[in-house]
Amino acid sequence: MTTVKPAAPVGSAGPSSSWTVWLRKRLTGLVPPGEALPDQQPAYVSSWIYVFGVLTLASLLVVLVTGGLLALGGVAWWHGSSLGHFVNSLHLWSVELFFVFMVVHLWGKYWMAAWRGKRALTWITGVVAFIASIGTAFTGYLTQSNFDSQWISAEAKDGINSIGVGSWFNVLNPGQMLLWHVVLLPFAIGVVTVMHVVLVRRHGVVPPLDAEAGQ
Amino acid sequence: MATTTPRLRRPPTRDSHTFEKRPYDLVKEFVIALAVVSLLTVLLAAVFSSPDENAITMSRWATAAPADVVATATGELAGTTTSATYGPPYNDKSNGQSVLGIPLQKWGGVRIPLNSADLVLQPLRDAAGGPVLKAALARWSAASPAQRTKWATSYSDALAAAPGQDPTKVAPGAYGPVPVLALAFLQLARSGGLEGALTSSGNFYGGDQTRSLLLLSDGAYLENLATAQRLGGDQWGMMNETGNYPGQPWMWLYTFWYQVKPFSTSENADAQVWALMMVLTLGLMFVPFIPGLRDIPRWIPLHRVIWRDYYRRQARKSQS
Repeated sequence: MTTVKPAAPVGSAGPSSSWTVWLRKRLTGLVPPGEALPDQQPAYVSSWIYVFGVLTLASLLVVLVTGGLLALGGVAWWHGSSLGHFVNSLHLWSVELFFVFMVVHLWGKYWMAAWRGKRALTWITGVVAFIASIGTAFTGYLTQSNFDSQWISAEAKDGINSIGVGSWFNVLNPGQMLLWHVVLLPFAIGVVTVMHVVLVRRHGVVPPLDAEAGQ
Repeated sequence: MATTTPRLRRPPTRDSHTFEKRPYDLVKEFVIALAVVSLLTVLLAAVFSSPDENAITMSRWATAAPADVVATATGELAGTTTSATYGPPYNDKSNGQSVLGIPLQKWGGVRIPLNSADLVLQPLRDAAGGPVLKAALARWSAASPAQRTKWATSYSDALAAAPGQDPTKVAPGAYGPVPVLALAFLQLARSGGLEGALTSSGNFYGGDQTRSLLLLSDGAYLENLATAQRLGGDQWGMMNETGNYPGQPWMWLYTFWYQVKPFSTSENADAQVWALMMVLTLGLMFVPFIPGLRDIPRWIPLHRVIWRDYYRRQARKSQS
């Protein structure tokens, strides 16, 4: 005969060695309570430069949506369709805006020395996102299947080959570059961006220089 | 006895959560930003569109620059083209580039093996050629490597010496089957059947254009078109695109090094520029830990502009 234990109330402590408990504690501890989506900010957060981080995030969303629309029609759709060409134009200009906002954001954070107060990883993830974005945009140019793709890949192969990785990242293979462009690199950007935003929320917005402890 | 004075350290950065707060609607800010970016994107796309110059086809190349196609095919047979002498990952005809004596390109290995002569011979073998072509292919196959090179090199030299490099004006000589092969290759390119024959995938679904692009790059036609559009390597070409469009301005620093010495004249420019860019990228990534670089924002106080409201309030507080 088996005995059934009464159900423990939701939220009560389970086995302390549970992987689920461990993960829950890690996730809930990532950001201080109430700081994931706060409705208040420190009073010093009062400058147009702060807008560029949000603009970068917003333009990343537009880049993903326009890229998704472009993917609906396939690789060559936009060459023969005026709608496809317009969607391609949307994708191109959203990328240009994305980079403008990101570069301004990056320089703004540099002049704010925004890595202070244990925020070095926030800075590093931002730089990694920037580098991954350059790679993503670059592979986009290689997958356009037009003259630009031909010329840019012909030029770029020498750089990639010179460091010995050309056979793994073959810029002359548009099929491979397309998968890097629409799957691998966007996934990397997504993961790094989430890490970056979580770190910003975890540590809060960096205080002004010279506003040190006790001041 | 010497006394030591404690090293002056900056006080730690204050926890941002301990500062005075003000209401801030993050979601509203994001939604407005999304609307602004979406609107700007639509406006820019509607006004400026986007460039889309058709890809060069082999047929177009053969029609526009037949002499270049013949010279390129001959160069592939002679083993003198860029891809024929490239080195890894395509072949072992050279070690490729190195930086600080480190042969990274060689270490990468020959992982996309390519015999440049096959760029010409394989499509010709696959094509349903007449008896003349079949005889030329058989003669080529039966010859020794040295004889093949001699034929192809002689014909290549004769082409270069012909008026306008016109294959029809080449002086008579001992070129073996090379003129037949080169001209048959030109015919095949004109017919539009070359792209499919060169697809590297080896199956019905050709998605790999490595061989086609290497062949195209070995000719002068592609580069001439690119240079005419200011896309050459010494014209900041990597970051530009056709037409008056911004291209990839975020690659300005990478492209910049190719425009200046010693990189602009170096045999190992690609490896050197890549190495330099990796160092600079790591530098940017680890700015928080690099003395000097991390201190510049304190020395040049642009932050006084960014946080002017805060500093003004602090000044007022200290006065009162």
